[in-house]
Amino acid sequence: MANMSPNKTPMPSQEPDVRNKNFEEVALGYTVEMAQGEAARCLNCKKPLCVQGCPVNVQIPHFIQKIVAGDFEGAYQVVASTNALPAISGRVCPQESQCEAKCVRGIKTEPVGIGRLERFVADWHREHSDEQPERPAPNGHKVAVVGSGPSGLTCAADLAKMGYEVTVFEAFHTAGGVLVYGIPEFRLPKSIVAGEVDKLKALGVTVMTDMVMGKVLSIDELLDDMGFEAVFIGTGAGLPMFMNIPGEGLAGVCSANEYLTRINLMKGYLEDYDTPVLKSHAVAVVGGGNVAMDGCRCAKRLGAEHVYIVYRRGEAEMPARNEEIEHAKEEGIEFLTLCNPVEILGGVNEDGKPTGRVAGMRCIRMELGEPDASGRRRPIPIPGSEFVLDVDTVIMALGTSPNPLIRSTTPGLEANRKGCLLVAEDGVTTTREGVFAGGDAVTGAATVILAMGAGKKAAAAMDAYIKSKSE
Amino acid sequence: MYRIVRKEILNPTIALLEVEAPFVARKAKPGQFIILRIDEKGERLPLTIGGFDREKGTITIIFQLVGLTTQALARLEEGDYLLDFAGPLGQPTEMEGVKSACVIGGGLGTAIAYPVAKGFHDAGVETDVIVGFRNKDLVILEEDFKNACDNFYLMTDDGSYGEKGFTTAKEQQLLEAGKRYDVIIAIGPVPMMKFVVKTAEPFGVPCRVSLNPIMIDGTGMCGGCRVSVGGKMKFACVDGPEFDGYQVDFDELMNRNGTYREQEAQMTKDHMCRFEKLGKDLIQ
Repeated sequence: MANMSPNKTPMPSQEPDVRNKNFEEVALGYTVEMAQGEAARCLNCKKPLCVQGCPVNVQIPHFIQKIVAGDFEGAYQVVASTNALPAISGRVCPQESQCEAKCVRGIKTEPVGIGRLERFVADWHREHSDEQPERPAPNGHKVAVVGSGPSGLTCAADLAKMGYEVTVFEAFHTAGGVLVYGIPEFRLPKSIVAGEVDKLKALGVTVMTDMVMGKVLSIDELLDDMGFEAVFIGTGAGLPMFMNIPGEGLAGVCSANEYLTRINLMKGYLEDYDTPVLKSHAVAVVGGGNVAMDGCRCAKRLGAEHVYIVYRRGEAEMPARNEEIEHAKEEGIEFLTLCNPVEILGGVNEDGKPTGRVAGMRCIRMELGEPDASGRRRPIPIPGSEFVLDVDTVIMALGTSPNPLIRSTTPGLEANRKGCLLVAEDGVTTTREGVFAGGDAVTGAATVILAMGAGKKAAAAMDAYIKSKSE
Repeated sequence: MYRIVRKEILNPTIALLEVEAPFVARKAKPGQFIILRIDEKGERLPLTIGGFDREKGTITIIFQLVGLTTQALARLEEGDYLLDFAGPLGQPTEMEGVKSACVIGGGLGTAIAYPVAKGFHDAGVETDVIVGFRNKDLVILEEDFKNACDNFYLMTDDGSYGEKGFTTAKEQQLLEAGKRYDVIIAIGPVPMMKFVVKTAEPFGVPCRVSLNPIMIDGTGMCGGCRVSVGGKMKFACVDGPEFDGYQVDFDELMNRNGTYREQEAQMTKDHMCRFEKLGKDLIQ
């Protein structure tokens, strides 16, 4: 008999006033009892709509029924058979707009907590199983994956499981892409990402860090000289945008990418690391996406007294997940919506000389007009509503665009006006033979799970391509 | 891991390491840079490539002992390993169409100017080199430069070696005497580069400068290295590090380079405290 409770089993988490002072994980995960209670809310539909909402095709009712039966390892195996990174997607996937959005239980009440259950089985497996992934028999073909973010890791895992000899090239010193430089420890512990990378290595995948592709090696060299038969490009969307307003060159203004990389990848929040991070009294994070939420929550944890989200539209228009917005608010982040920066102000010394550092940000109030091309109502400045926000740090979280390093060094690889790689109808075949792509490098900044879905699709396409060539 | 195959102390404040990095050495060109990390807890440190040997598969880096990381780097010995060494990054020095060049290096910048001068000289470009140091004890690479240019001018601030004066004094003198170059390339402290450009301006000689702003990834991802060039935002790591000197906002660059000065000073202090404590613990 299904558990007919209208609400999801709540996720235990650290108290807001405690967690906003540490970098430990916020959500603590379900206990066995909680997981089984929540799993019992699943109706085990004959035609499960939730699966259609999953970019990596996780057999959701199947794995949930295994939880009901107490077979947690079996549940994990079901998830892992289509999803290479369950511990990661179980934490950062926007389930509310994917699988859970399609859940039948969600029509009248809260949907089944699919994401929380996915996380539960992945964590259970990590804690209870020391089973090493089996190395498949080599099929004699060599492929390259450029970028070790969610799309690259997924693509590499699927190809390795098919028997390919896979080499992953990563520009940074640690594999994981946005999972290690962007998403903070308190949302996704880095030990989990490292664990997934280790699993890949156990499958026989070679991971080469410090390799800035397009500079140190070209795609042509991989294909023509080094014996790789196909290449996957999952280089993400890493180029930060700025506002081009006066004062952006002051010390104390940085991109969310820089701020988060210093903290997450380079552990600037830990005292024994040499990475300098801005120490701030009051911080403005400009933007309303998930990256802005990550930025402001990091700033709070580093001890800033006031941390503001400054966003030109209203809260309803924010692209960030509701859960992230709620978490940020609980942690004491102050939201200045319908508000846009117009100038960043530098400070002045006692002797009247400019300090060259941020001492405030002039903002203007906005109101919403007619919907624009994105379908959201266009923000319009309200004349005469300017005011100065007292901040000493400004973090720009305005979005990112794809990195041109590969595109500009690979003849025949075409991109659109925004720098996103052009792909065929299958979503992963580029304009250059033997070269496939997926994730943010194709779509522009999007989600981890969509990138994973693309990596999966690309692995299948690369396999088909190589097979067709060797026939 | 990247093995150190040679170490030289060039002067009391500047050291040289030759590092095995075969992939980087295959592609390196004058004007480009690398990013290294000594160990897990270290910073990512960008350094301009001071030389490369494609056959040996090595890259030479030359650095000034100014901060925590460079001091730690100088404590390493031949046979030690660096944890990370990524490159070659940035655009190489633009050499196309250049028939005559003047390469100006100041202080540590002379080390970076060397491969640029050598690159020009090897390509048959008529190359003048002006290098400047505070005093005789700090002079580096004198013999190397003499073999990598047509005319070599060595300046010291106090006149203890070569000619007395700044590099810009020699630049002014040469330009006034009617010397003209297709390009002047200045590499050194930001104020020096700013004045090299000012000196060249009345003579209408094109001037390029090699910038070294704050940087993390070196691939265009962090935006920490953004500089204003001709009123537009450029990223030194991918668009540079060399830019048209007439277009660069040097004052903004100098200011931004000071962003973490306080934290860095504090960290160096903390490290010293830890060393002292370690020392005391060992004695007890």
